[in-house]
Amino acid sequence: MTSPKLDRYKYDVVVIGAGGAGLRAAVEAREAGLSVAIVCKSLFGKAHTVMAEGGAAASMGNVNDNDNWMVHFRDTMRGGKFLNHFRMAELHAKEAPDRIWELEMWGALFDRTKEGKISQRNFGGHEYPRLAHVGDRTGLELIRTMQQRIVALQQKDAKEFGDAEKFIKVFAELTITEILKDNGKISGAYGYWRESGDEVLFEAPAVVIATGGVGKTFKITSNSWEGTGDGHALALKAGANLVDMEFLQFHPTGMVWPLSVKGILVTESVRGEGGILTNSLGERFMFKYIPDVFKDKYADNEAEADRWYLDQDNNRRPPELLPRDEVARAINSEVKAGRGTEHGGVFLDVSKRLSAEVIKKRLPSMWHQFYELAGVDITKEPMEVGPTCHYVMGGVEVEPDTAAAVGVDGLFAAGEVAGGMHGSNRLGGNSLTDLLVFGRRAGMGAVAYVKSHGANPVSEASISQAAARIEAPFARTGGENAYSLHQELQEVTHNLVGIIRTESELVEAIEKIADIRKRSANISVTGSRKFNPGFHLAFDLDNMLLVAESTAKSAVLRQESRGGHTRDDFPGMNSTWRQVNHISSFDGEKVSIKAQPLSALPKELFDLFDIHELEKYMTSEEIAKGGTN
Amino acid sequence: MARTLKLRIWRGDDTTGALQDVTVDANPGEVVLDIIHRVQATQMGDLAVRWNCKAGKCGSCSMEINGRPRLACMTQVSAYGEDETITITPLRAFPVIKDLVTDVSFNYKKAMEIPSVEMPADMKPGEPRMQQVDVERSQEFRKCIECFLCQDTCHVIRDHEENKKSFAGPRFFIRIAELDMHPLDILRNRKKQAQEEHGLGMCNITKCCTEVCPEHIRITDNAIIPMKERVVDTKYDPIRWLGSKILKREDIVQN
Repeated sequence: MTSPKLDRYKYDVVVIGAGGAGLRAAVEAREAGLSVAIVCKSLFGKAHTVMAEGGAAASMGNVNDNDNWMVHFRDTMRGGKFLNHFRMAELHAKEAPDRIWELEMWGALFDRTKEGKISQRNFGGHEYPRLAHVGDRTGLELIRTMQQRIVALQQKDAKEFGDAEKFIKVFAELTITEILKDNGKISGAYGYWRESGDEVLFEAPAVVIATGGVGKTFKITSNSWEGTGDGHALALKAGANLVDMEFLQFHPTGMVWPLSVKGILVTESVRGEGGILTNSLGERFMFKYIPDVFKDKYADNEAEADRWYLDQDNNRRPPELLPRDEVARAINSEVKAGRGTEHGGVFLDVSKRLSAEVIKKRLPSMWHQFYELAGVDITKEPMEVGPTCHYVMGGVEVEPDTAAAVGVDGLFAAGEVAGGMHGSNRLGGNSLTDLLVFGRRAGMGAVAYVKSHGANPVSEASISQAAARIEAPFARTGGENAYSLHQELQEVTHNLVGIIRTESELVEAIEKIADIRKRSANISVTGSRKFNPGFHLAFDLDNMLLVAESTAKSAVLRQESRGGHTRDDFPGMNSTWRQVNHISSFDGEKVSIKAQPLSALPKELFDLFDIHELEKYMTSEEIAKGGTN
Repeated sequence: MARTLKLRIWRGDDTTGALQDVTVDANPGEVVLDIIHRVQATQMGDLAVRWNCKAGKCGSCSMEINGRPRLACMTQVSAYGEDETITITPLRAFPVIKDLVTDVSFNYKKAMEIPSVEMPADMKPGEPRMQQVDVERSQEFRKCIECFLCQDTCHVIRDHEENKKSFAGPRFFIRIAELDMHPLDILRNRKKQAQEEHGLGMCNITKCCTEVCPEHIRITDNAIIPMKERVVDTKYDPIRWLGSKILKREDIVQN
């Protein structure tokens, strides 16, 4: 085979991923005068951010003026079962409103309140109506607004410099296979055009990873093909750490029927707008599943739960609006106990509370999705739903203020690929504002780094090494099939590292993942380099295997149940385990995990909570200390 | 109960490509994209297809199924007869890169030609107040998932490469309409630009774009026709024309 073409580019910053976080980082870097390459695996504007439905959480207080950043901070910490990095949760809660208002200045059109402000809706785990939204297509509004903001900046550059791509260029349908390091710090990134298979070198002193999630590691997921943990794996290989990879969010409501749509998301807004969950006996079962830590905030009877929709000040919330991990486990238990629906889910019904007209207006894409894909009219009948792998709380360990990856100079990470912000469980609505808050901070971090460090040339050795890796699967014949190995991996994660875990199964999973990884070194690819999905999957699979290994190895060590990690053999939450983060690192051969103490709450944040609430999560020594100074 | 499905799939590019016959199993409830994935995993490992969300939200898996522009993820296999052969081809209005993947860069170039939203200079973040009824008109157009099916079906460019230079297409007419109706946008003359720079006049309202829109956006009725009417008002109404010349304030009559 003749050696492929190599395109070479030089930028100040390379942003990998064109979802909300990547685009927000790029805007920040451009506005500071830096040149930015935005690289994405799909077409521009198709990133998974588009799938977010319910809204973006920000304590603007437009609907209930009791809301403020402190209430939002408390809700986020509770949702994450206090495993969150406090500083990330604090920055997020404080800066989210500014990021939403900024979108409006860039052309976003959110739904409005009667006074003409941005409307906010209720969501699981949020004390007040807090989610800015556009019907149930908020993610589309966010991604389009950011995409159009990039275009606006390019138009400005065209006018001023005669070249729209002088400072920002979007490299669509390009996969990064390697983050390059020279002299111990970031020097660029290497990859291939998906269309032609030709190779691409970016020389850049700073790289921002904003690649999103890992859902495709699992069999039933709400994620698209892009969610293959690329950034998680790229960071590990570049010498960065992943934090708390055992925590995966199974969204409680994915479609369960027909088979081909199994896993597709049913937005939490259905419950926010009054949808109730029932089992095959017709019981509204969530009342049975309110954990002790939430008993004072959630109604334990139907009458009170129903009154809450009319009077939120004098009633407790319906238990359908518990954080996602609680609802997912409850649904799982009902189905396991034989009270599931024909297709292995439970019923979610909004038709009894809202008129057909209101449902179509507030949940238009849900109506559309069920009507066209399942033949179900949600204005008349209930939906069948069950848990689906939705979001990874774990991710690259970063410095909260700058989003700099710990341990690698010049590397930054923001959005779903970064860890820490959401602790053991993310609240709905916190993701979209996470993208914006930390996307901006990653951009600022990269700007400061580039300004103080300058260029770092890529060595020829780094280039030839990266090129050899891309060529390898073509050089083999008759080896393993990437599609089959991917399916095998999904079976292992689904059956052994899923929503409920035990030690023996996790140990088995670790062995099986290692075996698949060994065989994946022998993948061969048929056909040419030109837009060849078999070739693309070979690289995506390598990333998913590292993610799965980190998750299984972290999960087997954590001997408790918390948020998105449930152990059948250790069902309770344990205050001592709350003080521990699991750090994954990679030595080129295998992932190893070490326990690292969680940063303790400083006094001013500690004091935002009722001491009796903290007692439910913290050890008596921590309580006695009363936060750090 | 699985059924056996007969497909004809386009393989290759514009010049050397051809339809290829394939037989594959289909399960109840499956959509055309599921079938394409099965073909990919079992028979044609290098079959090129774009897709992302598989839920009709991202607009990536646009193609032509039995000649009709559609999203493969929203097209039920059961909509076709037991003995029917389903023919799957790439979008015809754009150059084929490989198999079902086309070069849609035309659309990104057009997006760059439309001036972005412009806010009043003195407006601060958090200040805007708008009524729901006023944002809804633009919101309808912002539902667009950029699947480009409307562009593909539009006969002005479908078989007329020569028109692409002067015609932006339905997707960008709704973008212009969205900005034109945006309660905060201060840029004037968007309708005039649509007419003079983006080829609005070439549209003869056959509504093909509206018919194929998976988001059911009323492209023709709510965006194209209202803009055409306004343009006609200004251009051909003698009193308005005179007014615009005397006052030299075109935007008075533009709105």
